[in-house]
Amino acid sequence: MTTTPTQDAPSKTRGQRFTSAAANYIDERTSISGAVKELGRKIFPDHWSFMLGEVALYSFVVILLSGTFLTFFFQASMVEVHYEGSYAPLKGIEMSAAMASTLDISFDIRGGLLMRQVHHWAALLFVASIGLHMLRVYFTGAYRKPREINWLIGFVLFILAMAEGFTGYSLPDDLLSGNGLRIIDGMVKGIPVIGTWISYLLFGGEFPGVDIVSRLYILHIMLLPAIIIAAIGVHMLLLIINKHTQFAAPGRTNNNVVGSPIMPVFAAKAGGFFFIVFGVITLIASTFSINPVWVYGPYDPSPVSAGTQPDWYIGFADGALRLVPPGWETEWFGFTWSFNIIAPLVILGLFIAIVAFYPFIEAWVTGDKREHHIADRPRNAPTRTAIGAAGVTFYAVLWAAASSDLIATHFKLSIEGVIHSCQALLIFGPIIAFFLTKRVCIGLQKKDREIALHGYESGRIVRLPHGEYIEVHEQLDEYERWKLVNFTDYKPLMIRPNAEGKITTGQRVRASASRWFFEDRIAPVSQKEIEQSKDGHH
Amino acid sequence: MADDHGDTAGSMAAGKDVAQHSATAHDAGTAVVATDEVPNPGFPPYRPRVTDLDPKVDQQQERRVSALFFVSIIGSVLAVAAYIAFPIEPGNMESVRNNTLYLGLGITLGLLGIGIGAVHWSKSLMEGHDLVEQRHGTRGSEETRAKAIEIFTLGDKESGFGRRTLLRNTLIGALVVSPLPAIVLFRDLAPAEDPVKLLKHTFWEPGMRLTRDPSGTPIKASDLTLGSAFQVIPEGINDSEHRIEEKAKAAVLLVRLKPEDLEISEGRENWSYDGIVAYSKICTHVGCPVALYEQQTHHLLCPCHQSQFDIKREAAVIFGPAKRPLPQLPIAVDSEGYLIAQSDFTEPIGPSFWERKL
Ligand code: HEM
Ligand code: FES
Repeated sequence: MTTTPTQDAPSKTRGQRFTSAAANYIDERTSISGAVKELGRKIFPDHWSFMLGEVALYSFVVILLSGTFLTFFFQASMVEVHYEGSYAPLKGIEMSAAMASTLDISFDIRGGLLMRQVHHWAALLFVASIGLHMLRVYFTGAYRKPREINWLIGFVLFILAMAEGFTGYSLPDDLLSGNGLRIIDGMVKGIPVIGTWISYLLFGGEFPGVDIVSRLYILHIMLLPAIIIAAIGVHMLLLIINKHTQFAAPGRTNNNVVGSPIMPVFAAKAGGFFFIVFGVITLIASTFSINPVWVYGPYDPSPVSAGTQPDWYIGFADGALRLVPPGWETEWFGFTWSFNIIAPLVILGLFIAIVAFYPFIEAWVTGDKREHHIADRPRNAPTRTAIGAAGVTFYAVLWAAASSDLIATHFKLSIEGVIHSCQALLIFGPIIAFFLTKRVCIGLQKKDREIALHGYESGRIVRLPHGEYIEVHEQLDEYERWKLVNFTDYKPLMIRPNAEGKITTGQRVRASASRWFFEDRIAPVSQKEIEQSKDGHH
Repeated sequence: MADDHGDTAGSMAAGKDVAQHSATAHDAGTAVVATDEVPNPGFPPYRPRVTDLDPKVDQQQERRVSALFFVSIIGSVLAVAAYIAFPIEPGNMESVRNNTLYLGLGITLGLLGIGIGAVHWSKSLMEGHDLVEQRHGTRGSEETRAKAIEIFTLGDKESGFGRRTLLRNTLIGALVVSPLPAIVLFRDLAPAEDPVKLLKHTFWEPGMRLTRDPSGTPIKASDLTLGSAFQVIPEGINDSEHRIEEKAKAAVLLVRLKPEDLEISEGRENWSYDGIVAYSKICTHVGCPVALYEQQTHHLLCPCHQSQFDIKREAAVIFGPAKRPLPQLPIAVDSEGYLIAQSDFTEPIGPSFWERKL
C-alpha cells in the first residue's frame, strides 16, 4: 500500500474521495479490510424456511430497543403506593410501585403503551420463531455434523427466551403475573429436600415478599440478555464457520454453497427483512392490545378469575401440571413427596433433555462421521421425521391441556372428560403420530421413486393400437429429477464381534436402535435403474 | 472465494466427482455409499428476469423502490406529527388508544417502507445470478493441527503442568473450592428465620374475627344464608406489616350448608357453626386461590389446574392434581354473634413442601 488515496483523487468525485479516505482511515487502524475480504462475498443459500432464524434475531433486536425504552420509566420496586395516575378506575388503590409505573407507562407517557405492546408482541414472536426455527433445523437434519454444537447453543437460546419471557411477564406485578409467580412458588416448594429453601431464598422470605420483582428485573434486563447476546454471537460465529446448509438442487453438492453474496444482495434482503419484521410487530402492537394489566388489577393473593392464560410458551408446563392424576403425593420417612409436582418436572426435564441431545443420539446410531451440508427433505429420513412428529404431538397435547378449562366451556364438555382425553392423548397421541408420519414419509418416498423413474402422470389417456388404454407419463428432465434422487441412505447396522470376538451390549443396543431407524428404507434411485426404465419406455 | 457459475468454466466442478473428495475421509457409519449414483446434472441455465431484459421495466422498478423509501420518510414524519397531534388526556381511554394507534401506524409505515423497498431492490434490481462458494472441511488442516499440538506440548513442557502432578492437583483442588464463598454469600437472600416454622403458622389466632375480603368488616353468623359463600380475611390483617404475605396464607372461604349435609369426621364436630364451615382458600396443589364455588354441588374449583374439592366431605379432593383436602379453620361465634376463629389452622395451608409433616 504505497499509494495514498489523495494521489488518485482527481479521477474521483467528492463523495468517492470521502468514502475512500474514510475507509483508508479505518483500515489503517483496524485492518478491517481483512474481515471485508473474508466475509463480504460469503454466500448465503436461499429458502423461505431459512428466514425463521432471522425472524428470531430481528425480533430480539426489537425487544432490546423497546425494552430499553421501558427501563427509562419502569420502577422495579414492590413498595406499596397509592395509585394517583390517569387511569380513573384504579385511582387511590394500593399497589406496588412496579404496577403503578406500568400503568404510568401505559396511560401517562405518549407512546408508552405502544412500546409496552411492541415489547410484548415481539417477545411472543421471538419465542415462536425460535421454536419454528428449531423445528426447521430438526426436520431437515441440519443439526448433523459439524453443527451439533450450534444445535446445543440454539437449544440454550430457546430455554433462555422462555426464561426472559417469564421474568418479563412477572415484572408488572399485576394479578396475573403474581398468580404465575404463586404457581412457580408452589412448584418450587414441591421439589424434594431443597424446595422450601429455594423458594424462601428466591422470594427473600415468604411468598410474595417485597424482593422478587427487583430480583427478576436484574435477571430480565441484565443477566439473561447478556447471556442471550453472547450465545447469539457464538451461534452466528459458528454459522459463518460451518456455513449454511442448502437443499438439494442441480449443481449444489455437499462441497459447495450456492446462493447470494452478503454484499450486496443478502445484506439488502436481510436488512430489509429486519425492517419488515420490526414494521409488522409495530403494526400489530398499534392495533392489538396485549397484557392489559389495568383490567386485571394489582396482585392480591385472594381473588382470581377463571380462564386466564399464561403467555403461550409457558402453556406446556402448565398443561403438564394439569394432567397429573389425583392423589400423587405421599409421605415417606416423615417427609412429603409431591409426585404431582415431581412427575411433571421430571417428564418435562426428560423431554427437554432428549431435544437437547437428539443430534448425538442419531449420530451414535448411524455412526456417520462425515460432514452433512445438504438439508434433508423430511420424507427422506422417515424415522427422524416420525420422532419429530411424536415430539410435536406430545408438546401440543400438553399445550392444549393448559387450556382444558377453556376447551371444556367452549365446547360444552365436562372438565373431567377433557382432562381424561388429554391424558390418553398424551400417551397414545405421540405413538399414533409416529406411525402415521412414518407411513406417510415412506409413501412419499415411494412416489418420488416412481416419478423419478417413470415421470409424472400427465392426465392424458391414449389408446394403443391393440385397444389398451394407458395414461401418458411425462418424463422429468435431469434437473427436476435431481431433487428426488439426491439424499443419504442408511441401512441397519449388522452386529459384528469386536476385536476380541465378543459382541458388546453397546453394540446390541446400537444395532437394535439402528434397525428401528432404518429397517423400512427406500433407497435412492440409481443411474442404472433410470437407464433400465428408459429402455422399458423407449 | 465465490465465483459466478454462470460464466465460469469450472462450474461443473460442482458436480459429483469433485464433491466426493475431501481432505480427510470420514467413516460413513451405516450410510450406504452408492456406487451407481445418478450424477449431479450441474446448474441449470440462468433465466434472466424482466428487469435484466427490459431497461424500461428496470427503470420502473427503480422508481417503485424509491417511492417506497419516500413513503417511509412520510411515515416517520407522520409518527412525529401523531405524537403531538394525539396527546394523552388524563382519564380519557380514547386518547390513549388514538395515541397508540396513530403513532404506531406512522412508525409502521416508516419501517415497512424501508424494509419492502430494500427487499424489492435486492430481488428485482441487484445482480441475480446465484454464486458458488466451495466448502472446506471444518477441521483445521493437518499442518495447523500439528502446529496446535506442538503449542500445547510446549506449554505443557515449559510449565510442567503434566509432570508436576502435586502442583496441578492442588491447583485443581483450589479452583474447585474457590466458588464456595459465593454459594454461602447467597444465604442472606432471605431472612434468618427458618422458613418451615413460618410456613406452619398463619395470621389466625384464637378469638380473631372473620372479616370480609377486602373491606375487613366482621361477619355475623346470621349474615350467611344457605348456599352463600364469603371471601374472608382475619380481622386486622389489612393493617399488618406484611399484609400480602399474611393474606397469601390466611385467606379463607366461608360457606353455609344444611348441617345434615356435612359429613363431619371425628375431632371436628365443633369446628363448624350451624352448617357454617371455613376452609383455607389456598389450593393444596401449588397455591392458587380456590375461588370458584358451585352452589348446587357444594364443590370448590381451583381455576389454575382444575382441582375440585367437596365441601360436604371436608373439602376432600374429588378431581385434579391436588392431593390433600383444603385445611379447615375451626370457627365459633362470639358473644355478639360474630364469627371467630377457635385457633389457627391445625396443619400448614397451601402447597405441599418437604418438611410439611415434620
Ligand atoms: C428475549 C428477551 C426478552 C423477552 C422475551 C421479554 C419479555 C417481556 C415481557 C413478556 C414483559 C411483560 C410486558 C408487559 O406486558 O408489560 C416484559 C417486561 C419488561 N421488559 Fe422485557 N423481555 C426481553 C428482554 C428485555 C430487555 C433486553 C429489556 C431491557 C433492556 C427488557 C425490559 C423490560 C422492562 C423494563 C419490562 C417491564 C415494563 C412493563 O411491564 O411495562 N426486556 N418483558
Ligand atoms: S393450584 Fe389449584 S389446582 Fe393447581
